[in-house]
Amino acid sequence: MRTKTSMRLGVGLAAASVFAMAACADPDDDQLVVNEEIEMITEAAAPDHMERVRTIYSGWRFRSDETQAVQMDDFDNPAMIWVDAAAEVWETADGTEGNSCASCHESVDSMEGVRAVYPKWNEAAGEVRTLEMQVNDCRENQMGAEPWKYDGGDMTNMVALISSVSRGLPVNVAIDGPAQSTWEQGKDLYYTRFGQLELSCANCHEDSYGLHIRSDHLSQGQINGFPTYRLKNTKLNSVHSRFKGCIRDTRAHTFAPGSPEFVALELYVASRGNGLSVEGPSVRN
Amino acid sequence: MTRFGLLMSAALLSASGVFAGTVHPTNVDFVDGAIEVSLSGMPGDPENGAVLMNKGAGNCIACHAVSQLSDLPFHGEIGPMLDGVADRWSEAELRGIIADAKQMFDGTMMPSFYKTEGFIRLGDAYTGDAHAGDVQPLLTAQEVEDVVAYLKTLTDE
Ligand code: HEC
Ligand code: HEC
Repeated sequence: MRTKTSMRLGVGLAAASVFAMAACADPDDDQLVVNEEIEMITEAAAPDHMERVRTIYSGWRFRSDETQAVQMDDFDNPAMIWVDAAAEVWETADGTEGNSCASCHESVDSMEGVRAVYPKWNEAAGEVRTLEMQVNDCRENQMGAEPWKYDGGDMTNMVALISSVSRGLPVNVAIDGPAQSTWEQGKDLYYTRFGQLELSCANCHEDSYGLHIRSDHLSQGQINGFPTYRLKNTKLNSVHSRFKGCIRDTRAHTFAPGSPEFVALELYVASRGNGLSVEGPSVRN
Repeated sequence: MTRFGLLMSAALLSASGVFAGTVHPTNVDFVDGAIEVSLSGMPGDPENGAVLMNKGAGNCIACHAVSQLSDLPFHGEIGPMLDGVADRWSEAELRGIIADAKQMFDGTMMPSFYKTEGFIRLGDAYTGDAHAGDVQPLLTAQEVEDVVAYLKTLTDE
């Protein structure tokens, strides 16, 4: 993995935001290779559990060429600033036990493959855990440190760092066995028409992907690219923040980041991306 | 009643969008998805209807394209183009489609603009918080009439 210096991204960013609104139709045919080295699977046969979609696509395929380009090189990808920041935190002891992440896990490279299988059933805890929940479990129980805010900056940066070492590997979350009931709950939420606009995730991201809703070109709402740097708010965005935003936009009372509902929804939505590459931290508009 | 009192009650009435001839959202008579009578008891204003197509709680062009409004940017592609829609549907049908499109098109993605009940986790507008108190429909009775009046101008001739 290459890390970046912040000087060069100004140019890429300015160019990208000007063109972020350019119109397009279905997913395009572009190929995503990051740093001329990591080949990403942005299109795959839909997993068997998906009844109404035959092919799954990364959200990258729905973005303009200019936005796409920002993700293709870590020197241009603004998210890498926060990945670098998290790499320092990785080495920094915190809490009563005098431990850092590195004390137990050594190099962050040991996390290769982890992002691809989360959310994941945790046998000892008897629950499905997101990466954020696992990170906070380590902070509290291994480090004696305060848990981070579920969708706060420290947490999202750390998740971006952990994702970055799995880039290119196919998402492969398990949905059977003990995870199944959580997965079913997530599926129910995905098809529930929330709020005064009575819109479900499926209305926009299953029935209407490829179409424009006002200026927005709807993707399949995949989460393989999270955390995501958005040109719109110029920061790293967590999966649950995005879920919250989409539900809020239906004029609904949202769920809280880290709530059991969003954990279940995350497992379900992640499973709709089984087969796509881990892209996080990606770039979207 | 004092003059002040009169003014006050008029202001209250118009703030809640309730006028003498108004049909409440829970009392609307749908016949095959159509509504025969004006919901406000008044004719609609097509000019305000055109504004509602773009802005506020209407935002119809989020999902529909309308050639006549092509000076506005970014028309959506979710629903059918509305050019010539008045040749396809009667006034009563258009009113029904706007008030509650699910009565005309089973399971449609189109929101119900004159409805106050049956929502799941209703929010307080776009805040993400829970809604409290009386529920207002997305469009008032008069606003529905205004949009109907605008759509009636969309003929192919
Ligand atoms: C009213 C339409 C609408 C609804 C309903 C909706 N979304 Fe979205 N969503 C959008 C738009 C617009 C975007 C930005 C463009 C895109 O990536 O599709 C988006 C983006 C996303 C993304 C980011 C994709 C990426 O590649 O970065 C995710 C994830 C997502 N939505 C998930 C959901 C989930 C889960 C739900 C239901 C809880 C949901 N959405 C409901 C409109 C919607
Ligand atoms: C979130 C998307 C959405 C919004 C917002 C929306 N519509 Fe629709 N509309 C649709 C869809 C989808 C259909 C097609 C009906 C179906 O599901 O078969 C439709 C159908 C219609 C039709 C019938 C068109 C025809 O040619 O048969 C009219 C008229 C209409 N809409 C008017 C409006 C008006 C006026 C507004 C705003 C006040 C509006 N719509 C807002 C999605 C939407």
